[in-house]
Amino acid sequence: MKQMRIALVGAPNTGKTTLFNGLTGGRAKTGNYPGVTVEKRTGIYQSKDAQRYELVDLPGVYGTTGRSSDEKVTLDFLAGNIDGEAKPDAILAVLDAGRIETHLHSVMQLQQLGLPMVLSLNMIDMAERDGMEIDIKVLAKKLGIPVIATNAARASGRAELETQWDNAFAKAVPAAPGPILALPELQAQARKIAQAAILKKPTTQTLTRSIDRITMNPFLGPILLVAIMFFMFQAVYSWAELPMSWIEDGFSVLIGWSTLLQPNWLASLVGKGVLSGVGAVLIFLPQIVILFAFILILEASGYMARAAFLVDGLMSRIGLNGRAFIPLLSSFACAIPGIMAARSIESERDRLTTIMIAPLMTCSARLPVYALIIGAFIPNTKVGWFNLPGLVLFSLFMAGIITAILVAFVLRNTATKGPAQHLLLELPSYKLPNVQDFAIGLASRAWVFVRKAGTVIFATTVVLWVLSSYPATDGGIRDSFAGMIGALVEPIFRPIGFSLETVIALVPGMAAREVVVAALGTVYAISGSEEQITQGLSSLLRSAWSLPSALSFLAWYVFAPQCFATLATVQRETNSWGWMWFMTSYMFALAWVAAFITFQTASYLLG
Amino acid sequence: MSCISDLPDIMTTQTLTLDQLPAKKLGHIHGFVSANSSLALKLREIGFAEGDEIEVLHRGPVGGTPLSVRLNTSLIALRKSEAAQIQVVIAK
Repeated sequence: MKQMRIALVGAPNTGKTTLFNGLTGGRAKTGNYPGVTVEKRTGIYQSKDAQRYELVDLPGVYGTTGRSSDEKVTLDFLAGNIDGEAKPDAILAVLDAGRIETHLHSVMQLQQLGLPMVLSLNMIDMAERDGMEIDIKVLAKKLGIPVIATNAARASGRAELETQWDNAFAKAVPAAPGPILALPELQAQARKIAQAAILKKPTTQTLTRSIDRITMNPFLGPILLVAIMFFMFQAVYSWAELPMSWIEDGFSVLIGWSTLLQPNWLASLVGKGVLSGVGAVLIFLPQIVILFAFILILEASGYMARAAFLVDGLMSRIGLNGRAFIPLLSSFACAIPGIMAARSIESERDRLTTIMIAPLMTCSARLPVYALIIGAFIPNTKVGWFNLPGLVLFSLFMAGIITAILVAFVLRNTATKGPAQHLLLELPSYKLPNVQDFAIGLASRAWVFVRKAGTVIFATTVVLWVLSSYPATDGGIRDSFAGMIGALVEPIFRPIGFSLETVIALVPGMAAREVVVAALGTVYAISGSEEQITQGLSSLLRSAWSLPSALSFLAWYVFAPQCFATLATVQRETNSWGWMWFMTSYMFALAWVAAFITFQTASYLLG
Repeated sequence: MSCISDLPDIMTTQTLTLDQLPAKKLGHIHGFVSANSSLALKLREIGFAEGDEIEVLHRGPVGGTPLSVRLNTSLIALRKSEAAQIQVVIAK
């Protein structure tokens, strides 16, 4: 028998992905749908009768209109309108048992699509805990489809669904083609069915409501949000320290071994090129993992929606949406997942604005650059209660955020001008995050980063090594290809105080910001004496750069769009080269102007 | 939902929009200000419908927007401008 293809469909926060992970044992194939970057997750479910089914986890939808790009993918998929994707054979609809009344109409809208359907009445445990009683037989009879109560997070909660699986899908038939009802009539009908099926209404989510009294309180709520953010960033930096030192030590051991390679050029390529470059990037893995761990937990627990609620008032003043909070927060780890998370914003204008400012959030790739320069040039003294390096780092973060606010404001009044947008957001009940979902989510995000280090950055380090080692290996960096490119563009950078070596390092630094650290190492190592190489990059820079140059370099890095992967993501997500070039040029312009002002002011003051 | 407007004047409950509904006061949805707008459709899709029980729980810290409301057993956040599209009657 042909393997059935079953699409999991439901509103957001119904536990759809938890059910998918539970049924497939977490073994999902991930990929992208053609043309869009909406993540596609498919997996195989083997039923009790040893039948194999292909499951497809689709983005959450309300109804069948589909406004955000996420929702459009789901609806196109169900209609068989995606190139190269077979139309599913059946739908496994997922409905939150606690919210039957408000959501049943969307299940009925799905029925109108004419696919065989089975309904999983999920999170039944939570509904029952709140004192709700549902007559499932009545629900199944009125809807005319098999209905099975589930608690997707536990194997025992999926047992009933698994027992009935083969039978249910074998018998599932498309809804009888009746008149397609308009939404108001459908809602009225859904409410009637819900009333017949609900034997006892729940006491309204006592736990969630009491937590909300604190988290959504106009005074305590914002304080708690700031405290959580503060704790999160503290944790990202302090918890990551130890694993980062392990990675660093590991790479220096490898680099030590690479000197044994023969011939010499190979030792140089592997040691100075690949290992230094890839190591400089992989060292951020711990920070990225910790930040995403926090984001995943905040999201799965239900708190993120409250954060969006709290910041919406402020965000709407600069023409943004509370929903932009999650993309922008993710961008502090890396702009790429941040830009992709903007897909949940249904207004195209809000989404574009969010994407355009996401790279201004200080991503973790800037940290090694900041850390290097601050460590080398900013004296570790106290200013009042604070220490100066910390204060400088904080002001670099703030410079990005404040600029983002200004850019968003300007954009919303020019390029993305339009009427006020909506915020319509369901606030899910608080719950403990599911361990399996958490592990799968974290692993897939970490993998994206590692893959980038293994591909884009690996390739660039090799290219850089070739550029800076040939054609002349004795004449120093100035005679190499990199030196020639650097010399060509150097006049542009002279007014902002960058030396030729700096400019040369910026060339590979275009691939990814953190690469510039390795590149500076390579450039100065190749151009300097043996003695200087052993001195370490920090003290080397101190002797090579002036303080105004160093400050100017920091200012440059707040704004410069130096990450090919981000620009490629912007192009894909906006499906437009125009927006990609717009971002590239406005960020370069900002970077140059900021660096120019910094360099000239600092030179004048330090005269 | 004509039942409410058909009632004799003296028994007519006051119709307000959701953004005017006082906190912790139970209301029922009466309709939408512009019933055929795309916003009304959106509100319906997320779950708002005539006759539903509704209550304002919290308001955002800046300018009293957005609002968080209880719609039957769901909790939903929406801006003041969206709430102003939803007509409610206060339950007796």
